[in-house]
Formats: sequence, C-alpha cells, structure tokens
Amino acid sequence: MTAPVIEVEGLRRTYRVSTGAVRRRTLEVEAVRGISFSVGEGELFGLLGPNGAGKTTTIKMLITLLVPTSGTARVLGFDVVRQSREVRKRIGYVFGGDRGLYDRLSGLDNLRYFAELYGVPPREQKRRIFELLDLVGLNGREGERVEGYSRGMRQRLHVARGLLHDPPVVFLDEPTIGVDPVGARELRATMAALVSAGKTVLLTTHYMFEADALCNRIAVIAKGQIVAEGSPSALKAMVTDGVVVELEAYDPPPGGADALRRVPGVARVTVEERDQAQLFVVQAAAGFEGTPELIAALGDARLTRVATREPTLEDAYVALVEGASG
Amino acid sequence: MSRAARLIAIGWRHHVRNLTASRFFVVTSVFLPILLSTVAFFMFRAGAREGTLLYASLGAGVMGIWSSTLFGSGGAISWARREGTLEVLVVSPAGYFWVLLPQTIATASIGLYSLVATLVWGRLLFGVPFAIAHPLAFVVSIPVTVLGLGMLGLLMASTFVLYRHANALSNMLEFPVLFVSGLLVPLSALPVWVRPVGWLLAPTWGMRAVRAAALGGNPWPPMGVTVGLAGAYLTLGALFLRLFLRLARERATLALT
Repeated sequence: MTAPVIEVEGLRRTYRVSTGAVRRRTLEVEAVRGISFSVGEGELFGLLGPNGAGKTTTIKMLITLLVPTSGTARVLGFDVVRQSREVRKRIGYVFGGDRGLYDRLSGLDNLRYFAELYGVPPREQKRRIFELLDLVGLNGREGERVEGYSRGMRQRLHVARGLLHDPPVVFLDEPTIGVDPVGARELRATMAALVSAGKTVLLTTHYMFEADALCNRIAVIAKGQIVAEGSPSALKAMVTDGVVVELEAYDPPPGGADALRRVPGVARVTVEERDQAQLFVVQAAAGFEGTPELIAALGDARLTRVATREPTLEDAYVALVEGASG
Repeated sequence: MSRAARLIAIGWRHHVRNLTASRFFVVTSVFLPILLSTVAFFMFRAGAREGTLLYASLGAGVMGIWSSTLFGSGGAISWARREGTLEVLVVSPAGYFWVLLPQTIATASIGLYSLVATLVWGRLLFGVPFAIAHPLAFVVSIPVTVLGLGMLGLLMASTFVLYRHANALSNMLEFPVLFVSGLLVPLSALPVWVRPVGWLLAPTWGMRAVRAAALGGNPWPPMGVTVGLAGAYLTLGALFLRLFLRLARERATLALT
C-alpha cells in the first residue's frame, strides 16, 4: 500500500441517549467500538456494513463532525480533533439522501455559495462550477430550483458540491442510496473517475456489488467493529473458496436449515424469505458433491429451483455480518 | 475585496435570496407590519400626547426587525438542521462563523423592510405623522440599530447551535426582549430591577437613538452604545460559537438523527 492518507487507530464513539419523560434514564450506546484501518493514496476504500453498523458515525468522525470518544484519526497527517481546520480544507464530503441542499434556490446558486465557503478563488469559480456540472451531467439544469430535482439529480449536485475545491481526499457516505439503477451506474462511473484522477476515496455502502465493482480494499463493519478487511477477492476467499448451492423451497419442514447444516461438507446455511417460498443458501467446501443429500434433507418440500454457483462478495458479507451477530 | 468581506457580502446575498424565496417568510413579512402598526396605534392612541403615535410606530417597526433577527438566529438554524445543511456548513473550510455572521445581518436587514412597512401602514391606516427631527441622524441610526440587533442575534445563535430545539428557545425570547428593551412601553414604566437588563441589550439603545433622531434629542450617545454593544456581542458570539460547536461535535447535536 502507498503512504497512508487516512489513518484510524482504536476509534470509538459512544452516544448518550435519554429515554422517558418523567423518569429520565440515560443510556450509553456504543456506535463504533475501537476500529483501526488505514487508506493509502489513490485508493478507493470501502466500509461495508448493514444499517446501524457504525459506518456513518465513522465517516462523521473522520470529516470532523463528531469528536471520537477515544482513539485517534488522521487525514493527510492532520488530527481530526486538534487540526480540524486543516482537515476540512483538504476533504470533500458527499452523503446520500436528498437533504443537505438549499431546496428553494437553484443548483447554480447552491454551488456558487459553497464555492465561496470552500475558498475557490473568485476568478476560477465559474469555470470550476461548469466543469463539475458537466462531470455530474447537470449542465443545462443548473438554473432550476433544487426542490424540483429528482433524487438522482440532487445526489449528483451533492457530488459536484463535494468536489468544488478539488480536494485530494473524498468521503462518500452511501452516495447511491435511493438513486435509480441508471443514475446509480452513472454515479459509480463518477466515483471510478475520481480514483483515476488520483484522489483517495473512502466509500461507505451496504450494496455489495458496488463495493465489489469499485473498491481496492474493503473493511466489513458490523455492530461497530471491523470483522474483516481485505481486497474483494480476499474477502470472498476468507469465507469460502468452495461453492454455493441455492435451493428455493415451498413448505420446507421445520428445522430445514439445521437439517442442511448436518449434511457433510456444508460450512454455512442462510435462509432468505421469498414471498411464500424460502431460499436456502448453502455454502460448502470446494468439490462438494452432496446436492442430492441437501435435497433429501428438505424432505417433502416442493423445490422450484436448485442451482450451484461461485461464491459472491454478498455471500462473504452475509456470513461475516451474521458471524458478528453471534 | 478581502476574503472576509466577500464571505459577508456573498453570504448576505445568499441568505436574503434563500429567505425571500420562502412563501411563509414573505407572507409573514407582509402581514406582520400591519399587525404591529395596528397594535401600536391602539396602545398609544389613549396617550394622546404629541409625538406619541410616531414614538409607538417606531417601536413597532424595530419590533419587526427583532422578530426577523430571531427568525434568522433560532429559526434558520432549526431550518438548516431539518434541511441537513447545518452539518455541511459546519465542516466547510471557511468555518461556521462566516456563515452565521452574514445570515444574522441578512435577517436583520430584511427586518428593515418591516420598519419601513410599519411606518407606511401607520401613516396610511391611522394617519401617524412622519416628521423627523434630525433626518441625517435618523438615516444613520437605522443601520446602527440593525447592526446591534443582528449581533445580538449572532450571540444567541451561537448557543442555539448546540440545541436541537433552538426554534422553541428563540420563540420564547421574542417578547421578553421586546418589553425589556422598551420597544413597546418606555423603560421607565417597567420595574426598577428590569432596567439594568435592558441596558445590556442593543435594541434598548438602538431604539433610543432612532426615537431621539425622529422626535428630538441627542441620538449620538445611544448610537455609540449600540455600536459598542454590537462589538461586544460579536466578540462573545465568536467565542461562544467556538465553544458550542465543539460541544455539539461531542454531543452529536448537529444533525436531527
């Protein structure tokens, strides 16, 4: 790995939550529990995890919006707590969803104001803004009020805002959430272009295919802890280098998953509900030939599909997250 | 233009445009002066002393500036939290002070319209006379008062950054300040223990300056006090903002969730 641009060491964040109107009780919730990782220059690093895993809390600590409860984090060598001004000058921050913009103003008005706040030299502002409008495909729509923009357009405007001052480090917090497939694909192309332009990117997502397609390295985070870290292919291999058998069954017997787990060679079984059917995803060792035993283990269940395939990053992810849940 | 001057000028224009694009704000701005001039007329008609109606009308006009300023400090921060812009602004390299300063000046200066509209409605609806004793001093006293109120708004806003329910706090503060500053009734009519509180508030001195310029008297000393208090509010506001932003980052209160 090249020189670290983002260095995180034992980062923790606890929230205090008060409940009850009369008898107030204060609870402590540990959102991030001592995570460590580093991201090299020009890398696209993914933080992958389910909702509530601690991804956004981590990113908010790195962009100086939250003070860590303990641990340290540095961006380009600057401490995110003690040197927050230096960090802010050098980072771009894009978050998912349709908030964070001045809805009553036009896209251009939004970008002009943020260009000023981000210290873009006055003479360069116009050129830079139109360059970015071109990059995110909003050229020609910049004069319209943001409240009339679709979710995808708002998201692209967020990207343009985050890049106004040409930051060397960009934090993307679930940037494709809620965006239609075509818009999401365009956004992913923009993310890939950022890395090609030499920027260091930290991306949080819960879309496995997105992490698989874009990231050089991934850290899987669950319940505030990193449960695995490595390249997408290394993560896949970490969970299984074998095969995956999928069985879609109607009316499976109670305890069907346990029966499948008892078949020799089976490493892991997960169950997904599919309307009235259940999809059993069986991860097994390489060279597994026990598919007939799997079918037999489901007894009188009506099987509508049995398929064998290579493991995907999603299989690795589900296994890691479920493993963390205990 | 220096970076600070640009941040103030462009921030001011941005916040004026954003506020005036709100139908709620525009409707409120149209009706509030009519309401205020009506209240002022009925409260002071009974007094029937010479100059009393203009005295009341000016008070009502400055009340409009104060309402607008509070909207800018408390309401606008709550709005930014709801819109999700507060976090983006806080992490901007310029620093949140350079967002808040033009924002409070913008809302206070929008309140200028309220002053003018209150005087015009007072004249049209109730025949309030408009004879100004010292026109030059009157013209100077208005921006000085706007500055004083704007900086008080900045001081308050610096604490509102910490609280998710800043809007409720700003609403609570609207009427106590109106009374204690002598905008509605003369300070001399209030209990003795209240008066020192009024002396610490720029609206008290700004109001005195505006009234002295309009009705006769020396407006320059109260104008000087207003400017001095504005400077003190600005310094304290900058310090508090630094402190409360740090606390907000520790307590995670910048976002709604």
